[in-house]
Amino acid sequence: MSETRPWTPDEMMTVAAARLLWDGCVCFVGIGLPSAAANLARHTHAPDIVLVYESGTIGVRPDVLPLSIGDGELAETATVIVSLPEVFAYWLQGGRIDVGFLGAAQMDRFGNLNSTVIGDYSRPRTRLPGAGGAPEIATHAKRTFVVLKQSPRSFVPKLDFVTSAGFFEGHGGRSRAGAPGAGPRVVITDLGLLRPEPDSEELVLAARYENVEVDEIRRATGWPLRTADSVDVVAPPTDEELHILRDLHERTRRAHSRPAPLPV
Amino acid sequence: MPELSLSEAIAEYVRDGQTLALEGFTHLIPFAAGHEIVRQGRRDLHLVRMTPDLVYDQMIGAGCARALTFSWGGNPGVGSLHRLRDAVENGWPAPLTIREHAHAGMAAAYTAGAANLPFGMLRGSLGTDLPRVNDEIRFVTCPYTGETLTTVPALRPDVTILHGQRADRRGNVLMRGIVGIQKEAALAARILLVTVEEIVEDLGAPMNALVLPHWVVTAVSWVPGGAWPSYAQGHYPRDNAFYQVWDGISRGRESFTRWMAHHVLGTIDHADFLRSLEAGSATAEEEAAR
Repeated sequence: MSETRPWTPDEMMTVAAARLLWDGCVCFVGIGLPSAAANLARHTHAPDIVLVYESGTIGVRPDVLPLSIGDGELAETATVIVSLPEVFAYWLQGGRIDVGFLGAAQMDRFGNLNSTVIGDYSRPRTRLPGAGGAPEIATHAKRTFVVLKQSPRSFVPKLDFVTSAGFFEGHGGRSRAGAPGAGPRVVITDLGLLRPEPDSEELVLAARYENVEVDEIRRATGWPLRTADSVDVVAPPTDEELHILRDLHERTRRAHSRPAPLPV
Repeated sequence: MPELSLSEAIAEYVRDGQTLALEGFTHLIPFAAGHEIVRQGRRDLHLVRMTPDLVYDQMIGAGCARALTFSWGGNPGVGSLHRLRDAVENGWPAPLTIREHAHAGMAAAYTAGAANLPFGMLRGSLGTDLPRVNDEIRFVTCPYTGETLTTVPALRPDVTILHGQRADRRGNVLMRGIVGIQKEAALAARILLVTVEEIVEDLGAPMNALVLPHWVVTAVSWVPGGAWPSYAQGHYPRDNAFYQVWDGISRGRESFTRWMAHHVLGTIDHADFLRSLEAGSATAEEEAAR
């Protein structure tokens, strides 16, 4: 990015992701940026958004963002807490999730994701945490939103490992395989938004952030990125969005840096 | 159901080479039991846990494990489990065989174990490479619809160890808050050891609460604070600051070894362990982060 702006790329990503959520939507949230985006939406335009964390906490309204997927804050503010077999079988596989958020280390042009390993599986260069809830979120959520910073290292022509499926090889591969959900409808990066092209299902540039050039986005992509017929410009964060988000992060930082008293 | 000290329970029931599950999804992780296994020097364990978390990072780094079955191996919200990574990437302190699932598959595998079924079933791992690296993930054809479904073999640990909030004198155990895979891991195992925050006359369990009846519990041990640095809802919060400090402690072999030597191997039990933490830091990394 060429000039200094009063917000960070992370803040722009979070705001862009939050705006895509709607009031009342049922959202399966991971930790990190998706959790910040979902809670920002709850504090702005979507007060009745239903947040589901994979720890089985459903309908949570945390005051600070959780560090882990199962912080006490989530349990204390949940409408109901269910077991892990139940959250995956009845609520996710049961088709009750409108939006599932996913992150990864690598993504290919069809939105398939790798969060398992960089390099060869049996002799990994970098061992990543692995699948967690992602493969079934990718399969069963009615749609997924992928959040991933854009660089040639993360937006790759070929994944080292497929942890979660997007559109497979495109051209209807996903629906032929019988995946119930519609797959990645949008990818939110630090430069703009990618969306699948109707027939090929290849991800193309649909929107850019203000003052980010299309060429810059192409250079940050490890395959020849194509653009949609028209590339929109995403409005920068409003003062209100920034204020609420920073407040949330500041509360969270204070809460997480305070050592808990030892249970003695 | 006997009430045993934790060191008696581990000495009596945990053997080298066993398949062992210490469960608790972020909440109620039986850290004290993991540390006692390290103190007693168990080896060649096949560790099973959905989220290895710090407890298995410590046990793997201490050389207790030969194999790990898991579904997400990171330090939640912080980053890598450095000891797990060192074992997988460099074979330190010993080579570690891994078998990985996704959460949904592992939940199905425990559920099958609890229900005495040979396998669990799900609509899972569609379009992923997981079945390529884990040949236990297989497929069946539904006899009613003809569709292809994913299967995972039942998990049947030799020993499952859990932490709960409360037991009564008979050994009935109450857990509340995020209950994760507790019930399934308990009922899938041959031996079930439980550590608790308190032992009371009357359990006072609300209707429909998660209660493990005394006759499925092999032994109960009273270990207040036994889930630290994870948490016990209603007793103490998750020590998120320590989870962040652990990143520095565990990054290098030497600082990890020093921390374990001082706080775990150098203490006689969990109360002593907590006192050692209160008394001060064992490593420069811990000191710097605090």
